[in-house]
Parts: sequence; structure tokens; C-alpha cells
Amino acid sequence: MIFFYRTFSIAKREFQSYFNSPIAYIVISVFLLLAGWFFFTPLFLIGRSSLRGFFSFAPALFIVFIPAITMRLIAEELKTGTLEWLSSMPLRDFEMVLGKFLASLALIGVALVFTIPYPISVEMIGTLDWGPVIGGYLGLLLLAGALLSVGMFASSLTENQIVAFIIGVTFCFIFYILDKVTFFLPEYLGAIFQYLSVDYHFRNIARGVIDTRDILFYFGMIIIGLFLTVESVRRRHA
Amino acid sequence: MMSKSMVEARDLYKNFGETCAVSGVSFSVPIGQIVGFLGPNGAGKTSTLRMLAGYLEPSKGQAIIDGVAVGDDPLAARKKIGYLPENCPLYDDMMVLDFLHFVAELRMIPPSRQNERLRPICDRCGISPVLGKDIGQLSKGYRQRVGLAQAIIGDPALLLLDEPTSGLDPNQILEIRALIRELGKEKTVILSTHILPEVQASCDRVIIISDGKLVADDTPDALMTRGTASRVTLLFGPSVDVSRDSLKIQETLANISVVRSVSSRVNESESTVGFSVDVDGEADPRSVLFKAIVAHGFPLLEMHREQVSLEETFRQLTRGVDENEASA
Repeated sequence: MIFFYRTFSIAKREFQSYFNSPIAYIVISVFLLLAGWFFFTPLFLIGRSSLRGFFSFAPALFIVFIPAITMRLIAEELKTGTLEWLSSMPLRDFEMVLGKFLASLALIGVALVFTIPYPISVEMIGTLDWGPVIGGYLGLLLLAGALLSVGMFASSLTENQIVAFIIGVTFCFIFYILDKVTFFLPEYLGAIFQYLSVDYHFRNIARGVIDTRDILFYFGMIIIGLFLTVESVRRRHA
Repeated sequence: MMSKSMVEARDLYKNFGETCAVSGVSFSVPIGQIVGFLGPNGAGKTSTLRMLAGYLEPSKGQAIIDGVAVGDDPLAARKKIGYLPENCPLYDDMMVLDFLHFVAELRMIPPSRQNERLRPICDRCGISPVLGKDIGQLSKGYRQRVGLAQAIIGDPALLLLDEPTSGLDPNQILEIRALIRELGKEKTVILSTHILPEVQASCDRVIIISDGKLVADDTPDALMTRGTASRVTLLFGPSVDVSRDSLKIQETLANISVVRSVSSRVNESESTVGFSVDVDGEADPRSVLFKAIVAHGFPLLEMHREQVSLEETFRQLTRGVDENEASA
């Protein structure tokens, strides 16, 4: 209980802090603008009542949007010195990192909630298969979690937010592109690459087939990302 | 003995790559003392405080806070510490009140009891008028007060303050010093500074650190008298015939056994003449001087014993380092 109380405090502060600065508003509105474009274009051009357009482009959008959300998480505190202050609180590094992670996940959650009118409007004009939609949202959250943990790790590597952003985009891009470069790789290597790709697992879930292997992959990636971040923060005061 | 001391620094070392920021600092602070941690910039004050606060792990040695080794149980040790880092880093985008509640949450104070805990602290630190402002908008003085307020929210037994008055104007410095003295009545305080009057003004004890080593550990008074002679300034007048009498006076003063040297000072007006006399020994030399002056009937106008400032002692103790740096 004690553990969650402090983690929750950190998460709450971090989440409010997003809305104290323009970051949250910019990220959410630009995300909705682009996501809306990818949602409506296939809907009206092809005339198919599905969210496939939205769900196939959202992961690509995350490559840029997630590092924009995570870049400040630790880099800013390193720069202003508040991390030193925070580290003197009776708080484990892990509680702090987890709290920050949950705050950024909540921000993505808010952005996704604003897209719920998409499936509802499709439902109103046609018939919608809700399986892939629910799977798609679950998949997006898991995908976002995995990339957020990677982006936060990038943020813990530097005091400079711009550098953190660029490293974050690079990491996210690599994890996104892995299953798209398999065609010129030997088969066994291709399988490994495909397994490590965040997009591959997302497409599985977004089909509406919720397989524990895909979920485990994301949870594993989140745990590894958080662990690396904790280690990186610990190095700062070793 | 263990239980009596609030802080035990045991042979602390901190290396950053090749450079050795702190090398072998040991001291022990009993409960209730206000300790000034003094040293030139870059002497290792901040690193030492960070090791005590549990932010930096010592390369060697151990810090023990109230019987808890910081390295063994950092969380238990941190609960006993209120820490204000250098330059007072706070979340600029937060409102003061929100920030204090956030600290209270991290200090595990249940929401229902936070208000009753925070109110007296806000009054005491004088930040009640700015609770609704963003921290980033505060003046440096208020910011520092918020920094002190957050440090005492958990009711820690030990306060570690890294340069709590740097960057403040003279009025603010006096206010913050008064606040620290006030807090020091019930808490053990270690504050670092390179401003010497600060130590004289508010500390029971001074630890001087230079080039990562502890060079002195004493009370401010003892440090001031240590090895340094006292100095007495004398003013003669009115109506002294400057050219005639001043030589005679100077001779007389120089012949007194305890006097080491006499220097005549610039005349403060046409009819007076001043001397500055360095005296050996720790005893107050004024009565000896007075008797000699009266015996010769010199018209003494003023006699004043100057406290040799801590500054001088500080310079002597840390001078070696500067010279080394200059030659390096």
C-alpha cells in the first residue's frame, strides 16, 4: 500500500505537470488531427466501415509522439536539479520511475479516449465489428506502454530534452521498423527481428485475437525499459 | 556514544573518475547542534552533504544518520533527513501549496492530517501569503523559504542545507538565518556556506573543509582566537601635536612587552592620531596598554579590540590549497 501511495503521488504530480505546460495540449491536439486524417480518409474514399486506417497509422504516429511525451520526464529533472531533491525523499528510484511511467501512459490514455467518437460514428453509419476495435485500443495502450518505457530510458540518458527526444525517436523507430526489414535477412534472424518488433505484435492484437504471447511481449518490454531507466537513474548517484 | 550522535561521517571518500572530491572526511555531530560546513568553492562541501543525504554513494566510508547507515537502509535514513540542495531546485510549474502537499504525500502523511501539519509550517516559514503562486514566480527569498518549509514537512531530526543563503539580498539573508536558528532549536542542522559571517552568526560549530579534506573542526570563537594575535586600535586626541607626540606614543607602545608591532594609521582628523597594535597571546591586552598610556599621560580618546575575523583563520587554513592550484 505504502508503495502505491508514493508511486501514485509521483504519477499525479507528473500528470498535472503535463497540463501545466503546453506539452499535453499540443501532443493531444496534433495527435487527434493526424489520427483523424488517417481515420476519415480511408473511411470516405474506400467506404468501408472499419477503423483499420486509424489503427494502422497510430503506431507510426507514436514513434514521434511518445518521445515528445517522455523526453522531459527525467532529463528535465536532471537539468533543474530536482532529481537530486527527489532522490533525498524517502522514495525508491523504482517508485519514482514507475510513477512517471504511469503518468505518461495516462496522457496517452487521454489522447485515445478522445478518439472514441471515431468508432461510435462508424457504428452510427454502418455496422462495426467491435472485436478488432477493442483489440486495437488494448494493443495501442500496450504498444504505447512499451515505447514509453523506451522513451523514458532515453530521457534518463541526458540532461538535454532535445537529445532525449532524438534518442527516443531513434529507439522507437528501430522497434517499429524491425519486422519491415526481414525480407533481406536470413530466415532465423528474420524471425527474431519480427518477434522484437512492436508493430508485429500490435497487428496481431488489432485483428481482435488477444494472444498471451503478444501481451507478454509488451509487458516484458515495459519491465525491461523501466528496469534500464531505474539503473540509469541509479548511475547518476553512484 | 553511537546513539548520542545524529550524524557520523566515517572516513568518507568520493572520487569522480580521476578527481577526488572528498578524501577521508570524518566527523560526528551530536543531537541539537548547528554545524557550519565551510570551505572554498569546490572544496567538497556539496559532495559531502550529498553523501549524507544519500544522493551520492560514497566511494569509500560510511555515513550514519541517527544510528542508521545511509548505505544500508537509504529509505530509513532519508526519513530522518530534510534536505535542501544547492540552488534550491523546486518544481517551478507547481503551485506552492500543491508542492507542499506533494511533499507531504511522499513523506507518507495521510491526506486528512496534511492541512494541520502544513499550516504551522507555512506560518513559521512565512510563506502563507504565497501559497497560491507558482513556485517559478517567487522571489529568491520566498523560494528559499519554500525550500526550508519542504525540508521540515516530514519533521526530520536532521536538516542538511546546502548554501541556504546564496543569492539572497542582505535583508533576506538575515531572515533566513533567523529562521535557521529558530529551526535549530529543535533540530540538528548542518549548513554549508562559503560566507563566513554566516557561520559566526548562526553556528555552534564550524567544520572547515578544503580540497576534500577536513582541516578544522571547532567552535567559531575558538577558531577565531586560534593561533592569531589580537589587534587593538587606539586613537589619541583631541589636540595632539601630531608631529611631536605620535613618535613618543609609538615608542612607548612598542616598548610594552606583549606588543608585537605598532603601525600608525592615517590621522582621522587634524588633531588626532591613530595606532593599530598587534599583540601576542590570547589574554585581553587592553588593561596593560591602558596603564602604560596613563603613566605617560597621553590623551587616549578611543581603544578598541578587534575580533580577528574568522575570515583570516579561514584564509590561513585554506591558503595552502590556493597556492597549489596556482602552481598547478
